[in-house]
Amino acid sequence: MGESKLDLLQGTLDLMVLQTLAAMGEMHGYGIARRIEQVSGDEVLLNQGTIYAALVRLQQRGWIAAEWGTSENNRKAKFYGITKRGRKQLVEDAAYWQRLSSVMGRVLAMSADGEVL
Amino acid sequence: MNRLLNKIRAFFHKRQLDGDLEAELSHHIEAATEENIAHGMSSDEARRRALLRFGNIQQARETHRATRGLPWLDILMQDLRFSLRTLRRDRTFTIIAVLILALGIGANIVVFSVVDNILLRPLPFPNADQLVRIAPKVSKCGNSCATYSTDAVQEFQQRNHTFSDITGYDAFTAPGNWKLTGKGVPVPVSEIDVMDNFFHTLGVQPLMGRLTFTAEESRPSGAPVAVLSYPFWKRQLNGDPNIVGQALSFGGTPTTVIGVLPESFDFGAVYSPGAKLDVFTPYIYDRVREYGNMISITGRMKPGVTLAQARAEVDLLFPTLDFSVKGGAIGKYSAEVHDMKDYISGSLRRALIVLWSAVGLILLIVCVNLSNLLLARAAARSKEFAMRRALGAGRARIVRQLLTESLVLSGVGALLGLTLAIAACYYLAHQGSIALPLLNQIRVDRTSLLWTIFIAVTTALAFGCLPGLRASGSDLQSALKDSGHGSSMGKRSDTLRSVLVISEIALACVLLVGAGLLLRSFLRVLDVDLGFRPAEATAISFDYRNPAPDPTNAKLSATLQETLRRIKTLPGVQTAGITDSLPMSRNRSWGISAKGKSYQPGELPGTFVYVVSPGYLNAIGMRLIKGRDITWNDTNPAQGVVIINQTVANYLWPNEDPIDRIARVGGADARVIGVIEDVRETSAEAKAGWQMYVSVAAPQFGPSDMQLVVRSNIPAAELQPLVLSTLRELNPGQPRADLRPIQMLVDRASSPRRFFVYLVGIFAALGLVLASLGVYGVISYSVTQRTQEIGVRMALGATPGRVQMSVISKTLGLAAIGIGMGGVLSIAVANLIASMLFGTAPTDPMTFVAMIALLGGVAVLAGYLPARRASRINPMVALRNN
Repeated sequence: MGESKLDLLQGTLDLMVLQTLAAMGEMHGYGIARRIEQVSGDEVLLNQGTIYAALVRLQQRGWIAAEWGTSENNRKAKFYGITKRGRKQLVEDAAYWQRLSSVMGRVLAMSADGEVL
Repeated sequence: MNRLLNKIRAFFHKRQLDGDLEAELSHHIEAATEENIAHGMSSDEARRRALLRFGNIQQARETHRATRGLPWLDILMQDLRFSLRTLRRDRTFTIIAVLILALGIGANIVVFSVVDNILLRPLPFPNADQLVRIAPKVSKCGNSCATYSTDAVQEFQQRNHTFSDITGYDAFTAPGNWKLTGKGVPVPVSEIDVMDNFFHTLGVQPLMGRLTFTAEESRPSGAPVAVLSYPFWKRQLNGDPNIVGQALSFGGTPTTVIGVLPESFDFGAVYSPGAKLDVFTPYIYDRVREYGNMISITGRMKPGVTLAQARAEVDLLFPTLDFSVKGGAIGKYSAEVHDMKDYISGSLRRALIVLWSAVGLILLIVCVNLSNLLLARAAARSKEFAMRRALGAGRARIVRQLLTESLVLSGVGALLGLTLAIAACYYLAHQGSIALPLLNQIRVDRTSLLWTIFIAVTTALAFGCLPGLRASGSDLQSALKDSGHGSSMGKRSDTLRSVLVISEIALACVLLVGAGLLLRSFLRVLDVDLGFRPAEATAISFDYRNPAPDPTNAKLSATLQETLRRIKTLPGVQTAGITDSLPMSRNRSWGISAKGKSYQPGELPGTFVYVVSPGYLNAIGMRLIKGRDITWNDTNPAQGVVIINQTVANYLWPNEDPIDRIARVGGADARVIGVIEDVRETSAEAKAGWQMYVSVAAPQFGPSDMQLVVRSNIPAAELQPLVLSTLRELNPGQPRADLRPIQMLVDRASSPRRFFVYLVGIFAALGLVLASLGVYGVISYSVTQRTQEIGVRMALGATPGRVQMSVISKTLGLAAIGIGMGGVLSIAVANLIASMLFGTAPTDPMTFVAMIALLGGVAVLAGYLPARRASRINPMVALRNN
């Protein structure tokens, strides 16, 4: 199903969702999408529709839980919240990303003669 | 793991989850729109921007579903639904295909169940691979030579080191040898003596009570006890749950029931196909110790002992075993250790493999046939497939769709076939006239079910692949452009279908020739001169108990004479006689030699001996060729009389007149008074052995189990009450036995062959029908395809006869190639089954010609129907309809 091609992107989105929920508490799908866009300073042009696949995947893994509730504009909406297992996963994934980004930073900072500055 | 469960759950809650998703999505869009409006956009613009930011909604739905559920399962369900819809639309095709598959698969399940049961599965005993039969290396006679003396068996029990148990049973029992008395009219009962450890050795667990006889019960002084078979307990005792400990009266002797056997144990199935034993009693060693060779041996090897080790020990020990300790005689036995399973079914191996191959062929023909049908369908649906491909369906997707259709077809066919097979297996397991071992155990079990699934899937793949590839690979443009009557794709498809039909005919030809040869062999077997006339002869167990001592047999003689006189006066009765053993049932043997001549040890074979009354030979229809029959006056205690068969006469007195010669019969002198023509003793196929007949009234030979043989042109069912009431008038102890046609015994002896011939015959007929269906399909299709062309030709002056001829000649062409190839194959196959034939050469020209003519005839008939249709094509209509 082309999942392998999107691996990195999915991983990224999943982590963003987890972090958002961890930071903001319960939110509905649109809220999560908007929040990620805002935090990224609208630098990430998120295809908002893809968030729902990420949500169902995280839910099936038991990292987030969903519940129907009423939104701020008085509509029925599904609210997602991070679970205990989700928090544990978030710590692991975040550490992984920190390491990866620091490695990437070092690699990209290589000068032409190969010395690390 | 958890996720998989969630996915499966999601698959089943599709509707609810889809609803949830829709609600979520619409909430999303609305929330975004509202936010945009709050930023000052117009409502239309706000909504447009919201949708834009969201991206492709449909794609979001699809990825959501794919992530949450099992996409392949979704596609499968989709394919299934589509298949069911198309198949329902094409009802005729579906019904024909399912029927063909059901017959093909059903036949395969039945034969597999038979093969699995008789050949593959271990015997229904624990650690059955340790069980062996010990029997002489060369059997010169029947049961007598397959047995050992009581002393020999007991000595072997003590001296061996490779067996954990040695046991056996008295091989000389007769059906209906006992009677159950004390409850109205006596009922005949089949009883057999088994050694104390018999059931223990086999590992049979009791349904109730115990199955092992104690040492005391195996002594002449022991109180009579019995173990009952399950059917007997159910039938005669209504399954009395408190039967253990109760006494039953057998012929007036109260006998305590100590146990009931489980339903799964059938003595006959393992030891004597077709025999039904009711009561098992202890083998009383000391009572029969000096009766000679009595015991048929079964052993259980110690764990870890190999057949070779057991053989080595048996080879060492058996020549040294005593025949009789009292008589001081060594038995000079030889013995072969057979794996019990091999001993039971080894001789059937070849026949079963042939049967299996035959149904395999049937399945192959079914596959070819369906391939053909599907190809025709695929051709008709080529536009549909082209359209779907044009719309973006991948080739794999279309093959997958077609394979799903094949699987649905074969699945439904397999279900129907399974139903047929279960019915057939039930019938086979519950009929009593086929003397095949282990037949009672036949049922469609888990292994058969697995096999069913295996062949259903294989079949589907086999017949679905070719049309699938063909359909998905066809040229898009031409198929779309073409209205279906084109010539561009017809040619290739036609050739392929012709090849399929030719192979079908060839396969059917092999089946037909094989079946023909077996059928001819069977007819030959039926034609064999048995040496007696089973037609119009019937037999009934005859009860005789004489409480008073009767050393001269005078009382017996008087009773028998009176009985025979009364029976002969019954209406329709031509003649009657008495014997202790009927032909083709049990047998036992003694020795016979010419007095005064000396023979090499082991030179003379065992001789079947029959203790008969005067008139018996006539009643059973045996032919005296020299001398005279026994009379009631042949009662000289010093010298008995004996009638021998031709084989014995030729061997003992070559080129001499055997009449009035003195023979040594079982250790006593007897004068030869007559010679009869050889009788096929064990079956029509086996050669006649050595036979002799002695008088039942002579003081040398006592009465034993007796059979009254009645020759009459009245059917047995009508005669039975008359005979029975006469016997009961003379002897109230006479049990209510059946008057059975002698023909039954003959049929039973040939029943394995009959069984195989019937089955192979049915398969061949099936193959013929399928092949002709194939021919019909191809020719009919080509006529449809060429309607226009034929129309043109007829418009240009071709006569209907000519059109018809051209179609028929095409049929003949296909049939000729198929039969040619099939004929060559058949010769090879016929040589493989040569050992199963009787009086028929593997290249029997008559069979070949007859079968080929039959196949050709049917093929032409199958081609004639479309040919006739072709000749009736109206040129105007054909040309107009394009």
